[in-house]
Amino acid sequence: MEGLNVPLNHILLVASMLFAIGMLGLMIRRNIIFILMSLEVMLNAAALAFVAAGAHWGQADGQIMFMLILSVAAAEVAVGLGLVLQVQRRFKSLDMDNANRMKG
Amino acid sequence: MLEIVLFYIASAVALAATIMAMTRTNAIHALIYLIVSLLGVAVIFYLIGAAFAAALEIVIYAGAIMVLFVFVIMMLNLGEAGSQREQQWLKPSIWLGPAILASILFVELLYVLSAVEGTASVGAIPVKEVGLTLFGPYVLAVEIASMLLLAGLVGSFHLGRRYLERSDEFFNQPNAVIKETNESNDSNEAAKTNEQNLSNQKTAPEVAWKD
Repeated sequence: MEGLNVPLNHILLVASMLFAIGMLGLMIRRNIIFILMSLEVMLNAAALAFVAAGAHWGQADGQIMFMLILSVAAAEVAVGLGLVLQVQRRFKSLDMDNANRMKG
Repeated sequence: MLEIVLFYIASAVALAATIMAMTRTNAIHALIYLIVSLLGVAVIFYLIGAAFAAALEIVIYAGAIMVLFVFVIMMLNLGEAGSQREQQWLKPSIWLGPAILASILFVELLYVLSAVEGTASVGAIPVKEVGLTLFGPYVLAVEIASMLLLAGLVGSFHLGRRYLERSDEFFNQPNAVIKETNESNDSNEAAKTNEQNLSNQKTAPEVAWKD
């Protein structure tokens, strides 16, 4: 193990727990804002796994992937929050179960 | 060894804050916990030697993206009277949890910074290497990311534009607001007819643009 004092499997464990919490939140919440937050948590957990692996092998590639994930998250949240505005305007609530029909 | 203990504290804070964020009912409270969670992940990044990633995590995630969330939540202005909520926000029970978790991270950060030699810098990847890799082998990925951000910009503008035009209508015609709120019970039908009205109104200037 070079370049990393923390065991890699512990970091991956934390990353997977964060991902699991995010996924659980995605499944149990019906508010679209909370769904977007859960997506952020899941993307963040994936980024943590990338950076940890990059640090484990002493390569910069992990941080490159982190930056790409960051830009994906930024684009996703911009479009997602635009959708939040549309859902709020159309259904007068943020409950995603209102939008379970296409062409509603 | 010390690094491992600090890592465990930071990851415990991050996990606790994430769980709290997922179980809140108020969006703003959840957002505060989520920011603490991102700060915890940033400390983990710093501990495993990715200092630049830690800085980016704080600046972009906890800064820009979360501010976007706050903007939208404030813009929606969900229910309740404003001043009542403001008073409610000042209660200690709301900000105490995030404050405790964040202060744990802050103490940890101070400790790490004061004990720079020996910890947290053993196998750190220098920022220079990150930059050289980013604009060397990965330059195509940078281009793709820029296209993605452009698509996100265009998409969010397209989605948000109609909302903004609608709020202009609200400000210009106070009668329309009252009518709108009365009809909000059968929201599907009302929304659909409003949609049609809006699109009818909008066809004229769009045709004019094409000429």
